[in-house]
Amino acid sequence: MNAFWIILTGSLVASCCSLLGCYLILRRMAMVGDAISHAVLPGIVIAFLLTGSRDSVPMLIGAGLLGVLTTFLIEFFHRYARVQSDAAIGVTFTWLFAIGIILISVFAGQVDLDQDCVLYGEIAYVPLDLWITEGGLSMGPRTVWTLGIVTILILSFIIIGYKELFLTAFDPGYAAAIGVSTSLWYYLLMTAVSLTTVASFESVGAILVVALLVAPPATAYLLTDNFKTMLILSVMLGVVAAITGYYLAVWIDGSIAGAIATVTGIEFMLAFLFSPSRGILISKKLIQPVQH
Amino acid sequence: MILQVDNPVVEVHDLTVSYDRKPVLWGVDLTLPAGALVGVIGPNGAGKSTLIKAMMDLLPSGSGYVRIFDKPINEVRKRISYVPQRESVDWDFPASVFDVVLMGRYGNLGLFKRPRQADKDAALEALEKVGMQAFADRQISQLSGGQQQRVFLARALAQNADLYFMDEPFAGVDIATETAIIELLRTMRDQGKTVIVVHHDLQSAANYFDWVVLLNMRLVASGPTEKVLTQELLEQTYGGKLTVLTKVGDLLRKQEFPMREKR
Repeated sequence: MNAFWIILTGSLVASCCSLLGCYLILRRMAMVGDAISHAVLPGIVIAFLLTGSRDSVPMLIGAGLLGVLTTFLIEFFHRYARVQSDAAIGVTFTWLFAIGIILISVFAGQVDLDQDCVLYGEIAYVPLDLWITEGGLSMGPRTVWTLGIVTILILSFIIIGYKELFLTAFDPGYAAAIGVSTSLWYYLLMTAVSLTTVASFESVGAILVVALLVAPPATAYLLTDNFKTMLILSVMLGVVAAITGYYLAVWIDGSIAGAIATVTGIEFMLAFLFSPSRGILISKKLIQPVQH
Repeated sequence: MILQVDNPVVEVHDLTVSYDRKPVLWGVDLTLPAGALVGVIGPNGAGKSTLIKAMMDLLPSGSGYVRIFDKPINEVRKRISYVPQRESVDWDFPASVFDVVLMGRYGNLGLFKRPRQADKDAALEALEKVGMQAFADRQISQLSGGQQQRVFLARALAQNADLYFMDEPFAGVDIATETAIIELLRTMRDQGKTVIVVHHDLQSAANYFDWVVLLNMRLVASGPTEKVLTQELLEQTYGGKLTVLTKVGDLLRKQEFPMREKR
């Protein structure tokens, strides 16, 4: 049963991250996902200090706010201080993450969080933290419920906003001209990334969330030219990585999150070598390196 | 030579636009007539693209206002369309030609609604008008420059708007595409639509447009083509290149020298 819960958790994390990651990489914003995944930390800690519990809802709200603040700060430094956007990303998220670390260390006695957990997560503990109703009925791991709800939210967001998300990712100038608000959809997307990150960090940690946000979409991008296929394929790649990663970890008796992320990397390498359209070993087209 | 019209489609009043506090457009005051093919012409860096973007409120303006169909732009967005510069998007995006043209229908659909058969028909019809129906399923990364431009044009056509803004639709396209596009723009004008085109080939401008706006950070002239494309006004527009312009004027009269700038 434990294996089932761990794999389900991994699959839910992978699905949310892969779906949103497709939009991030096409907007050339993969590193903003990285930034958000780290910068939500102070939000989590502050929510924890204010409410005194590891309840999911305040944490999701705290992280959501911090995520939006992060994207806002990145935009702000880039646009008004005219710092290069990667420099703006680097300054913003390390700074916010550092504040989170300080908060954790200062309030260590009161905070049921530690740096290792934040950075690396521990998916193996998921089945231990059960949601038990007042009647004493066990409803399964709490994380699975949180992640399940977040997955439904992300799915509905993508289904409802499919047209707008597609259009604003491809051609924001045109979108704005015909009356589709680019900043609204940008901030909604970033809020969704923040929610996903905070729901995932307990299980896979802040660092490996990035692997799931970027690697499956990048792999899917190599395998298809159709955007809907890319979304579906990246979810499938993420879920396959969660399953394979779990058994790999059991086999080598190592970190589960690490193994899952390793499998996403292997998937990417395989697609890079053998993709029918773009793989360097299969494709008949001579691959031209991108010119800068 | 700044001619104002009655019942304008576009009314720009005292518009100033700055990038990083450095003004790129100063106090532009102009009105454009309905049912005209309008060329916005000026040297590089004159603010041509900035002007049409500011008209659509895609850039923050420092001062002044724009009214379209005598209303604020946000009330009439469904009636306007925009053909951005080709280079402004990533053509490696996982989308087909049809996907991109169908985007032209998104503005009218609103949230929650998916494109219906009527929208798909409109997209196909638009593709047919630009001669790209055979490419509907083609991945957009496999298109040539001229084909990309046609796709953008088809997307705007699918919208069936009343006012079109086009940013350099002739840049880097082959002669066949250029001829096809200008024919299409003329047909649209004849149907009563207004088309505003950023253009920088002086030679063809005289043939293409009914109305010309000459711009070099300030508005130099706005009026019917034959009254605006005079040597004196062109010299004012192209300023420092006075001697070159005398030659350009001569060549213009002979109509044989292509003056397209290399991009």
